[in-house]
Amino acid sequence: MSGTYLGMPSFPEAAREAVHNETLRENLRHATHTIRDKRAKAVAELADWAQLREAGRQIKDRTLRHLDEYLVQLEKSVTAAGGTVHWAADADEANRIVAGLVKATGEREVVKVKSMATQEIGLNEALEAEGITAYETDLAELIVQLGEDRPSHILVPAIHRNRGEIREIFARTMSEWGRPAPEGLTDSPAELAEAARLHLREKFLRAKVGISGANFMVAETGTLVVVESEGNGRMCLTLPETLISVVGIEKTVPTWQDLEVFLQTLPRSSTAERMNPYTSTWTGTTEADGPRDFHLVLLDNGRTATLADEVGRQALRCIRCSACLNVCPVYERAGGHAYGSVYPGPIGAILSPQLRGTESEIDASLPYASSLCGACYDVCPVAIDIPEVLVHLRERVAGQGGKGHRLEKAAIKAAGWVLNHPAALAAGEKAASKTRGLHPRRLPGAAAWTDSRDLPEVPPEPFRDWWKKNRT
Amino acid sequence: MSSRDQILARVRAAVADAPEAPEVSRDYLTTHTADDPAAVLDLLHENLADYRALVHRTRPEGLPALLARLLAERGATTVLAPAGLPAGWLAESTATRTDDTPASTAQELDAVDSVVTGCAVAIAETGTIVLDGSAGQGRRRITLVPDHHICVVRAPEQVVASVPQALPRLDPARPLTWISGPSATSDIELDRVEGVHGPRTLEVVLVEEGTSTE
Repeated sequence: MSGTYLGMPSFPEAAREAVHNETLRENLRHATHTIRDKRAKAVAELADWAQLREAGRQIKDRTLRHLDEYLVQLEKSVTAAGGTVHWAADADEANRIVAGLVKATGEREVVKVKSMATQEIGLNEALEAEGITAYETDLAELIVQLGEDRPSHILVPAIHRNRGEIREIFARTMSEWGRPAPEGLTDSPAELAEAARLHLREKFLRAKVGISGANFMVAETGTLVVVESEGNGRMCLTLPETLISVVGIEKTVPTWQDLEVFLQTLPRSSTAERMNPYTSTWTGTTEADGPRDFHLVLLDNGRTATLADEVGRQALRCIRCSACLNVCPVYERAGGHAYGSVYPGPIGAILSPQLRGTESEIDASLPYASSLCGACYDVCPVAIDIPEVLVHLRERVAGQGGKGHRLEKAAIKAAGWVLNHPAALAAGEKAASKTRGLHPRRLPGAAAWTDSRDLPEVPPEPFRDWWKKNRT
Repeated sequence: MSSRDQILARVRAAVADAPEAPEVSRDYLTTHTADDPAAVLDLLHENLADYRALVHRTRPEGLPALLARLLAERGATTVLAPAGLPAGWLAESTATRTDDTPASTAQELDAVDSVVTGCAVAIAETGTIVLDGSAGQGRRRITLVPDHHICVVRAPEQVVASVPQALPRLDPARPLTWISGPSATSDIELDRVEGVHGPRTLEVVLVEEGTSTE
C-alpha cells in the first residue's frame, strides 16, 4: 500500500489538483458541514464548556511542563501492573521494537486498531518489510488499506470516499486480503458495514497479536485509554495474547481524575456524540482477562523538539479530535491529502512541520496552508492557538530562506527603488496601461503566488493621469 | 545513552526555561443535572434510547420474567452468564445457560446467542454503562463477541448523573469497558450504522429498587 509521504509536492501544488476534483469536494463538503453542525449542538449541551476547555488546556500544559517526571511515573505504574515499557527516540527505533516484539511471538499477522502514531511512523510498511502483515480493522482504515489509498482525515480517514467508491473497493479487493465481499453487494452503508464485519471477524477471532495506539495514558495509575465506536478496538485490545501499544509521549495525563475533563470534551468535539460507543481502559495485564503480555512503546519522533519551541509546543496539547479540520475553509476545499502528512488540516499544518522540521518543500509550505481565519482556535477543546503557531512557523520558514523568499526579497528591493523614483514609476505605469492586453495571467517568477490567486487587472489609464485630467 | 535517557534529557532541556504551569482550575461542573434520582434515571433512559439501546424498566421481582421474555423474543437458545450473576435472574428462562470460563475460545463465544451481565456504574448524562469485570460482569470479551447483550442496571445505587461522578467510583486497576449504545460506525458518508464488530443489539434493563408502593 502507498502510505508513504516522501516526495510529496508542496501544499499549493497538491491543493490545486484537489480543488479541481469535484467528487472529492462534494464528499468533503457534505461530511465537514454535517459534523460541524452536530458538534455545535453537542457542545451547547454543556453549560460549562468554557471551563472544561480551560481545564483541558491547563492539564496538558502542566503535563508538558513536567513531562519527564510524569513519563517516569507512568513507566513505573505500567511496569508494576505487569506491562513492559520501551522507549523509542524516532520512527525507525519504534518500528524496530515493534517488529522485534511481533517476531518474538512467532506470529506473522497482527490486527491493528486505528492509530495516528503508527501511521506517523509508517509501521505497516516497516512490518511488511519484515514479512509481517498488519490488518487495519477500523472500517475507514480498512477502506483506505484495501484501496491502496492514504487517509485524509484524522477521525474519518476515508472521508474523501463516497459509498459507490467504497462498494467498488470492497467488491474488487476483499478477496485478496481474506474473506471476499458478499455476492451482489450494494452501496447501502448497512451492507457495506456488514461486509466489513464478516471480513474482519475471521481475523479478530484468530489473531494472536494486537497493535494499538492510545488516546490517554494516566501516569498515576499506568492506565491506557482507547475511545472508539465500532468495537474493532475492543477486539484488538482484548482477544489477542500479546498487545503492543505505540503512543506519543505527549498523550500522558497526570491523574485518573483528569479523564473527567477529556472524556467530556473529546467525544463531543470529534464525533459530536455525548459519548462514543466504546471506551476501553486497561492497566498492565489482568489475570485471565485480555492479553497475557502488554508492551508500551513510548514514542518521541520529534515531540521533544516541538516541546522546545515556546510558541509551538502548545501543538502537543492536541487530543486528535479533528474538530479543527471540520471547520477549516482551506481543508474543506483542498482535502486531507494535500497536507502530505497523516495529520491534515489546521493541526497538521502546525504539527507536521514541527515534528519533521521545515526543511522539505511540503513542510515549508504547510504554515501557509491557512487563511488565518481562526475558526480552528475557536473549536479546539484544548485551546491551541493554531493561527499564532502558524504565523510563528511562517517566521521560521522565512528566516531559513529558500527560493521563494529570495525572490520576494529581490522584488521588494526593486519596488523600493521604483517608489523612490517618481519619474520611473510614472513611466512604468504608462507602459503598463498601454500594454494591458498583453499581460500574462501568471507572473513569471512569482507563479507560486499567482497560480492560486487572480492577478488584479491593470486599469486602462494610470491614476496619476486620471487625477491630472479630472482634478487639476 | 539509552533512548530512555535521551528522551528524558531532551524533555528537561526543552522546558528548562519554561515558566511553572499554574495549578489546574477545576471550576467546571461536577454534574449538569438536578440532584433528583428519578430525573437522573429518566435521563439515563432517554440518552440510552437516543443512541439506540433498547431500554426496559422493571421492579426486582419482575426481573426474571422480563429477562426470560427478552431472551425468548430474540429466539436465544443459549445464554452466557458470567460468574457471580445473581442466581435468580435467569431462573425463568428456558435458554441453555453456558458459563464464562477462561478456557472458552473466541469462536465458542461467537456461537452463543445472548449474554446477560450486570454493571458497575451507569452514567445518565451520556447514556453510558460501565463494566469492570467484577462479579456478574465477566471478562471483557463476553460482552463483545456475542451479538446480543442484555445489561442489568440497579437503580438508584448504580446510577450517577455525570462522568465526573462516575470516575471516583471506578477502580483503574480493573479493565473497564464503557458502552454507550451498541457498536456503531459513521465512516461511510457519516451515516450511522449499528453493529460493526460489537453486539448489534444492546438491551439495558433498569431495575428500580425504590420503596414506592404506587
